Amino acid sequence: MQVKNKFSLSFPALSANEGFARGAVAAFAAGLDPTLEEINDIKTSVSEAVTNCIVHAYKSGVGQVYIYCEIIEDDVVKIRIKDKGCGIPDIKQAMEPLYSTIGGERAGLGFAVMQSFSDKIRVSSKVGKGTTVTIYKKIMPRYRING
Amino acid sequence: MSVKISNKGEVLYCSISGEIDHHSAGSIRKAIDDAANSAMPNLLVLDFAGVTFMDSSGIGLVMGRYRNISKQGGKVHISNPSPYIHKLMHISGIERIATMDPVREEESYR
Ligand SMILES: Nc1ncnc2c1ncn2[C@@H]1O[C@H](COP(=O)(O)OP(=O)(O)OP(=O)(O)O)[C@@H](O)[C@H]1O
Ligand SMILES: [Mg+2]
Repeated sequence: MQVKNKFSLSFPALSANEGFARGAVAAFAAGLDPTLEEINDIKTSVSEAVTNCIVHAYKSGVGQVYIYCEIIEDDVVKIRIKDKGCGIPDIKQAMEPLYSTIGGERAGLGFAVMQSFSDKIRVSSKVGKGTTVTIYKKIMPRYRING
Repeated sequence: MSVKISNKGEVLYCSISGEIDHHSAGSIRKAIDDAANSAMPNLLVLDFAGVTFMDSSGIGLVMGRYRNISKQGGKVHISNPSPYIHKLMHISGIERIATMDPVREEESYR
């Protein structure tokens, strides 16, 4: 698959970095002239995946969160968000709407939101090794009257 | 991020502005709960007009406030959702626990 552009970054799993992470991916995708809706979809999906690394992955200490972002063919933005934390024992169950191992103020809707705000997501995880969420979002070509 | 709170009779009105994520949700929650615990309102209005970004942490915020206020017999209303916030609230099925204004048409996407 042809990669047209890419960037990567990593940062400590601190909640203060949530805004920075979604902002960085949104700024990178802005080169494809997305609509406001497409930008919001990307920001929301990235925010969900990054927040999950921060909230769930590292039970003791502050680990790292890694983002690998690529623009691939057909103006698809491919975003890989990875941690080296505790992993998810049952991915299918974790992705069910309203399922949360924390509960309380967590709605258990992060994966459901990622699914409805992106074109496709893929989750791979290994207990004790970590989790990688890959989000695909196509930016539609825009045709404007009078440029 | 800020929360402006006013109390009119039985109604507690909370106007949230800025971004709602896991990082900011804690202080928004505290501001609303402190006011609700002393005012004991029948209706909690959460005004999203000034909210520029939100993820599932915002849904958790609404669900948590519903849990607290419904113990005192109160209800929750979501006002001024942007098209984007309306979409997020809707996929979460929030209408089962709270009433919501219709989407602000004049600002709808595209
Ligand atoms: N990176 C991760 N590492 C370990 N466990 C994870 C990770 N991401 C998700 N999980 C597990 O999957 C569950 C579901 O995640 P999801 O994002 O859907 O809900 P939540 O984070 O619990 O709540 P919300 O996202 O609505 O605040 C989590 O409760 C957690 O147990
Ligand atoms: Mg989550």
